[in-house]
Parts: sequence; structure tokens; C-alpha cells
Amino acid sequence: MSETAIAVERLVKRYKGTTAVDGISFALPAGSITGLLGGNGAGKTTTIAMIMGLVVPTSGTVTVLGSQMPQERYRVLQRMNFESPYVDMPSRLTVWQNLSVFAQLYGVADIEARIASLAADLDLTEFLHRLNGKLSSGQKTRVSLAKALLNEPEVLLLDEPTASLDPDTADWVRGRLETYRRAHNATILLASHNMTEVERLCERVIIMKAGRIEDDDTPANLLTRHGRRTLEEVFLDVARGRAREAAQ
Amino acid sequence: MSTGSLEYSPRRVGAMVRRYWYLLRSSWPRILDLIYWPTVQMLMWGFLQLYVSQSSSMFARAGGIFIGAVILWDVLFRGQLGFSISFLEEMYSHNLANLMMSPLRPVEFISALMIMSIIRLLIGMIPVSLLAIAFFGFNVWTLGFALAAFFANLILTSWSVGIFVAGLLLRNGMGAESMAWTIMFLFLPLTCVYYPVTVLPHWLQYVAWSLPPTYVFEGMRALVIDDVFRADLMIEAFAFNIVLFAAASLAFMALLHSARVQGSLLQGGE
Repeated sequence: MSETAIAVERLVKRYKGTTAVDGISFALPAGSITGLLGGNGAGKTTTIAMIMGLVVPTSGTVTVLGSQMPQERYRVLQRMNFESPYVDMPSRLTVWQNLSVFAQLYGVADIEARIASLAADLDLTEFLHRLNGKLSSGQKTRVSLAKALLNEPEVLLLDEPTASLDPDTADWVRGRLETYRRAHNATILLASHNMTEVERLCERVIIMKAGRIEDDDTPANLLTRHGRRTLEEVFLDVARGRAREAAQ
Repeated sequence: MSTGSLEYSPRRVGAMVRRYWYLLRSSWPRILDLIYWPTVQMLMWGFLQLYVSQSSSMFARAGGIFIGAVILWDVLFRGQLGFSISFLEEMYSHNLANLMMSPLRPVEFISALMIMSIIRLLIGMIPVSLLAIAFFGFNVWTLGFALAAFFANLILTSWSVGIFVAGLLLRNGMGAESMAWTIMFLFLPLTCVYYPVTVLPHWLQYVAWSLPPTYVFEGMRALVIDDVFRADLMIEAFAFNIVLFAAASLAFMALLHSARVQGSLLQGGE
């Protein structure tokens, strides 16, 4: 049985009368890749933020690589990383400057070699000395991904990693994530609106709605149980089916 | 691949200083801005001093009293601004979540901001002090040890205010940005930069004496007018600075915790 990388138990987050996350529990084995699906306001980003230690839960616990978050975050932050298109890298620094600063923050041993290797893997070599602010959104996403992989994280948290990318670049990014996960046995938790992405990448899908887990299974089992051909149809069933029940 | 201890890391402080240095050197207007306004201030107060000294024997005797005051005020003001602007750069670039998610500890972040405030201050103040010699024959460097005591006390106060403002920015986002630019002006009348404390109403003098820079400006006047270095004032200023720095650090940690509870760190400065 594989070791648990992320364990979330009865996790609750309330903001001034609004419940963003409402008593969710799940455990992710090391080396797994899991999709966190849900509409706007479902609680995906808040859940990821609590796993990262950026947000303090109202109640419940989050354990990452054996350390409780956020209390013991400095034990594990060096073994984690995250990427989100909504968190930028400084635009007035070059790609190399940005990556080398983060490499130093994460204690990467041979910074030059690591950046050169990532730049080659992610097709960034020709942009290394260009200002981050001068890059296209696709190039910026690759730089953010390079930053997220700098420390060879055992746990990688991704918040809509391919949002605003063209289909070709998005597919390319997914390919790189799959390669990384296989090569490093990394645990990946991926929040997304993109059903195709989740279907392609994830071996397990957690569907959230209004802060709760509405369903949690493999993509194949979800399709079978719901009698649907795509995850998008399953997602719509979950979202609208509940709405219809409530209306009745 | 990753190494590094869990304790205070000079390596991570160095990474942050390097980040701000890259930013500063990437833009000559930013460097010019560090020198421009202190120079304008120094020239204005210097010429005013020249004018006043023509009709006042006290000002004629105490040459450089205004220039000394404006240079020391700029240490206080620019020290805090240098700290806060570096912090604001993270908010402007939506980079805060990247840093808060990294192994960088708050104390290391604060250390890097302190170092940057000194670097920015020196870039601005050294040329201004040389111009004061050229234009008015006032050499602030001849103050020697006294200058070091003045500088240490003023920079400590500026860091305390900068740390408190950083906490407010973490907790309240860019809604608190104006505090970074204006909070120090509250110190301008209360710390008696250009006049003695005795000018203030009696009740306000208690407030003035509770602020460390007041001791520095009084000490500067004692040195320039009476040629006496008041070590007692510097020790009192240092004692108040320790209290202020501890209070600002506690406030910062409380505001950071509150930001984690409220989810403000996620919003990246909105």
C-alpha cells in the first residue's frame, strides 16, 4: 500500500458567515495524480490554499508528507511547489533572474545546471534572458511551471495550470506534467475547470460543489456510474442534478 | 535536489536582496528617483538657511541646522520608504503567494527588506551629502560617531514603521497602500525635525518624547548649536526603539496570522 502524501480530514473554512469549504476529507497516495473539479466558488482554490499553508482552516486537519499544515509548514515547503496562472513572477526581472532567485530560496544545489536543464525540457532556453513581462501567456505559463519544478517537488499543487493557453500549448504542458510525475513519482493535485485535461491526466477525480465533495472516483467509474461518455457530462449532472432536486 | 536548513537562512535573505537589486538596477528612473527628491529638499532648506542666517545671529552661528535636519529626516523617511517600496513591489507583481508558499520565513523576508532599505538610502543620501558640502559647506560626515548614532536610531525607527505597514498590507491588501507613502509624515511635526520640542504645547511634548526620532533631532541641534554630543538622548532613543521594534514585529506577526485566517494572501494584493 502506498504512503499517503496528502491527507485532508473534516476540513472546514468559513469566512464571515460564508462557508467556502464544508467538512471535506480525502487522502492522496504518493505518486498519484488527482483532479479537483468544481465550478466557480466550489472551494477548490481555498482547499489548495489550505494544503499549501496559505490559509488557516477553521477546523479539521491537513497533513502533507507527514507534517501538519500550516503549523509545520516549514518542514515540508522545500519539498512542495505550486503553479497558478493567477500568481505572477516579477515582470521586470528576466526569466533567468526569476528562476535563479527562486532556486536560491528553495536551496537548489546547482542553480545554473538546474535552470539549464529545465529550460531545455520546457523549451525556454531562447527566452532565459528576456524580461518576464515581455513573454506571451504561453511562455509565462512555461516559466511558472519551471519555477514549480525547480526543487523537484514531491508534492505539486496546480491551480488551473492551462487556463488561457491555446489547445496546443495546453496539451504540451499536460505532456510535461505527465512526464514529470512518472519520472519523480510526484503527487499532483490539480484544480481545473477543464474536463478534457482532468480526463487525460488524472487517475482520480474529486468533484466539489458549494464547499463539499459531491463525488470522488476514477474517471472510468464516474462515467460508468453516471452512464455518461465524458466527464463534462458527469460534471453537469452533478451540478444541475442537485439543483433540480433542490427545486423539487 | 533540495537542501538547506529549517532555521534562519542567510542564503534565502541573499536571494531576496538579489531579487530587489535586479529590480532596482533594471530601471535608471528608479535610481534617479532615490536621489532627486532628497536633493531638492536639501537645496530648498539650505537656501532657506542662508536667507534666515542673514537676519538671525542664532542661525548664523548654527550653520547647517536646517540642512542637518533635512538630511536626518530623509534617513528616517527614505529608510521606511525603501523598506515599504520593496515590499510593495511584491504586491504590484502579484508574487506574494509564490514567496509565502516558498521556504522563505517572515524573519528572512523582513531582513532582506531592511538590507534593501539601507542600500536604497545610501544610493540617495551619499550624493546629497556631497552636494551639501559643495553648495553650503555643510559636511555631515564630520559628525563622525554622532552621525552613526543618529543614523542607527533613525533607521531602527524607519524599520519598525516599515514592518508595521507591511503587516497592514498583508492583512488589507492594496487598500492599505497609501499608509506606506504617508504614515511617516505623522512623525514630521511630532518628532520636531525643524524646531525644538519646547515649541510644542505642553501636552504634545509627552507624545513627542515617546517617539525615538525626537531624541535624535534634539541631539542634532545640541551638536550643531552647542557643540555637545548628548549620549543620554541617544541611549533613550535606543531604548524607545527597542520597544517600538518589538511592538512592530508582534503586530506584523499578528497581522500575518490574520491574513492567513482571512485568506488575504491568496488575493495577491487585491
